[in-house]
Amino acid sequence: MILSAKNLTVAFGEMRAVDEAAFTVERGESFGLVGESGSGKSTVLRVLAGLIEDWSGSIAFDGKALGRTRDRAFYSRVQMVFQDPYGSLHPRQTIDSALAEPLAIHKMDRHEQRIEKALEEVGLGSGFRFRYPHQLSGGQRQRVAIARALIVEPEMLLLDEPTSALDVSIQAEVLNLLDALRKAHNLTFVMVSHNLAVVAHMCRRLAVMNRGRIVEEMDRDALRRGEAKDPYTRRLMAASRGYDRKLAESFKTLD
Amino acid sequence: MNASWSQWLLDEAPASRAQARAGAFYRSWLAFRRNPLAMVGLAIVVSLVLVAIFAPLIAPFGPTVQDLDFRLQPPSHRHWFGSDELGRDIFSRVVFGSRITLMIVLLVIVTVAPIGLAVGTLAGYFGGWVDAILMRVTDVFLAFPRLILALAFVAALKPGIENAVLAIALTTWPPYARLARAETLVVRKADYIAAVQAQGASGMRIVLRHIVPMCISSTIVRMTLDMAGIILTAAGLGFLGLGAQPPSPEWGAMISSGRRFVLDQWWVAAMPGIAIFVVSLGFNLLGDGLRDVLDPKRE
Amino acid sequence: MEKPLVVIEDLHVSFRTQTRVVDAVRGVSLVMGKEKIGIVGESGSGKSVTGRALLGLTPPNGRVEAKRLEFDGQDLRGLDAEGWRHLRGRRMAMVMQDPKFSLNPVMTVGRQIAEAYGTHFKAGRAEARDKALAALEAVQIRDPSRVFDLYPHEVSGGMGQRAMIAMMLVAEPDLLIADEPTSALDVTVQMQVLAILDDLVARRGMGLIFVSHDLDLVAAFCDRVLVMYGGRVVETLKASELSAARHPYTRGLLDCVPRLERAQAKLNVLERDPSWLEGA
Repeated sequence: MILSAKNLTVAFGEMRAVDEAAFTVERGESFGLVGESGSGKSTVLRVLAGLIEDWSGSIAFDGKALGRTRDRAFYSRVQMVFQDPYGSLHPRQTIDSALAEPLAIHKMDRHEQRIEKALEEVGLGSGFRFRYPHQLSGGQRQRVAIARALIVEPEMLLLDEPTSALDVSIQAEVLNLLDALRKAHNLTFVMVSHNLAVVAHMCRRLAVMNRGRIVEEMDRDALRRGEAKDPYTRRLMAASRGYDRKLAESFKTLD
Repeated sequence: MNASWSQWLLDEAPASRAQARAGAFYRSWLAFRRNPLAMVGLAIVVSLVLVAIFAPLIAPFGPTVQDLDFRLQPPSHRHWFGSDELGRDIFSRVVFGSRITLMIVLLVIVTVAPIGLAVGTLAGYFGGWVDAILMRVTDVFLAFPRLILALAFVAALKPGIENAVLAIALTTWPPYARLARAETLVVRKADYIAAVQAQGASGMRIVLRHIVPMCISSTIVRMTLDMAGIILTAAGLGFLGLGAQPPSPEWGAMISSGRRFVLDQWWVAAMPGIAIFVVSLGFNLLGDGLRDVLDPKRE
Repeated sequence: MEKPLVVIEDLHVSFRTQTRVVDAVRGVSLVMGKEKIGIVGESGSGKSVTGRALLGLTPPNGRVEAKRLEFDGQDLRGLDAEGWRHLRGRRMAMVMQDPKFSLNPVMTVGRQIAEAYGTHFKAGRAEARDKALAALEAVQIRDPSRVFDLYPHEVSGGMGQRAMIAMMLVAEPDLLIADEPTSALDVTVQMQVLAILDDLVARRGMGLIFVSHDLDLVAAFCDRVLVMYGGRVVETLKASELSAARHPYTRGLLDCVPRLERAQAKLNVLERDPSWLEGA
């Protein structure tokens, strides 16, 4: 077990964005958090990444309890990929400087070779190295973001909706790439998505979140067999099959 | 321009850091070049620099050489801008005066920009008590009227160009701190800042390497737009006798001494006045053009 | 057959940028009546540009050319600002992706709808208000008089989008162009918004052009689907016959989506053929 969270609660004022969430992630597995906007799934990921410091409960990484802030050693083992490839790369920095930055932060050697190798691994040639983000497509940018996360050779990747801003054909390529990299580097994934099918494809185990709570945890085979018990999970499943006039009738309005 | 050079600069896949940087710069230049007024501004500012550098070659006389036989001569073949009450060639004085103006401009830039950027970005990024203290200090400086504070400052020390510059810098940096802080508050929320945080970067590193570059362009733009005001303040101090001291050919001081003859020998005050006007206009036009090119929202 | 609502023949839209000319739409043709047409494609396929050209909303650096571009028998080519004003909003309307950017943040939702009504019909305040409340009710907002007085930031994404639809429909247009109207919404909310749109189109007998990247969604929702790639329509299908799609691009798109009911070790990827950019 590489990661475990107990009683994880995040409150923004009155609202409990995450309410007593508990889950564990095994080393080398890929774990999914599914939910709609406002479910608290991204908040959980941001707490793990140390981007939100105001939380209660306990989180243990590799057997050690995590505090409010994370040290550099933590970030050399855990890296994050963000949802929006248009926003997560600095607009004034070339791909080269984006990749050199984590190397400098973690005081790693052989920058040249590592940058070249990282670009190659995510399927971008060295021709992309000195371009600016605005010269790249969404899919290419997300590949750069993945390269940037992997360049410090972490054990775990936190993926925040890594393909939701991409076209479906590009999504397939990026998901395949992530899967291949996970196997090649024996990585652990924690992936957040609103898309059940994407999570079922990528993750062996998943938890469904609704209004800050984890309502159900199951493995993907059970999900595929339709063994979800929680009404919210069932509703998500039904909705993800596509538009259906009669089905829409059965959803209560959410105002 | 040579076609292969332009091709190298506009290459979609640059082969080196330098080429990427040069390419980005060249693209901005192409955009800048399409604005004729901005090009006029650039030409004026470049001329100011060239005139200042080559002043001894351009000026026919020394700036303080007196020739009492030729007092208060109107503009002529010998004295293009006329001569003043001590028979000094006004054209030569205006040319040498450009050095003083340029020095004021440079000194203000090197003091105001770093102070404003540092205070603003640190306050904006770290927030909390850092923000409270830094911004209250800024407010204190903002509360003083600019010329009055400069006057008091110069009066307390001693009149002179260095103290005038210091006084101007002291009263100019607060708006830059506010500007940088406002930009930092926006940039801080961006995903690319969260991304470097999640790479493990320290707060100082994030501010210096990731936030400051986003604030620099607006600082440059504001600086060029402010430059006219700074030059005018310096001239104003000179005019009041608190800036550059005679016989130095500072433009404001020249207007001040020409004031007595303004009705009969108009050129004594008008020539340095025109110089101030042209240079101020040049910086303003340049600033307008730069704003269009450097605006981060453009991309 | 009834008189067609929209006739587009050989539509070309190109944009002049700093360094070159980009052909965003290259020869799109479409004849539609009061039906639901889906335009599907990936980003950069020209699907949104097509919708906007029909509304005269092409940005100033764009050039629109067509053999025919007609709405309800009226030629739209070379229409002046005055002409567009009569058509836009009143006879054809548009719903965009994100209600946050389309609603005025400093005006209550209800007032915006009432004002939209007021600009198209001569109506008193009270009548406009009644119409706005009725419109909010029509998009199944349960407490219209409460929502009427809310500002856009006070409503959820789903409610904002429904308010947007209400605002577009209050003028009772003949054609509604919806550009990714539900992409920013959660799946369950998306479903409800689509159902509302579906009912309104059926009840009022409007034409609907539904622009989306989601092939499955469009197929389930529309009557006919145009699949666009690189500025051209590569395939036109009856929505019910989506599974019989022949063009490799359409098939590839359908194939690369992960599906709950299908376990795959690796997702299929779309292999792009340069010949798709040329004529079929």
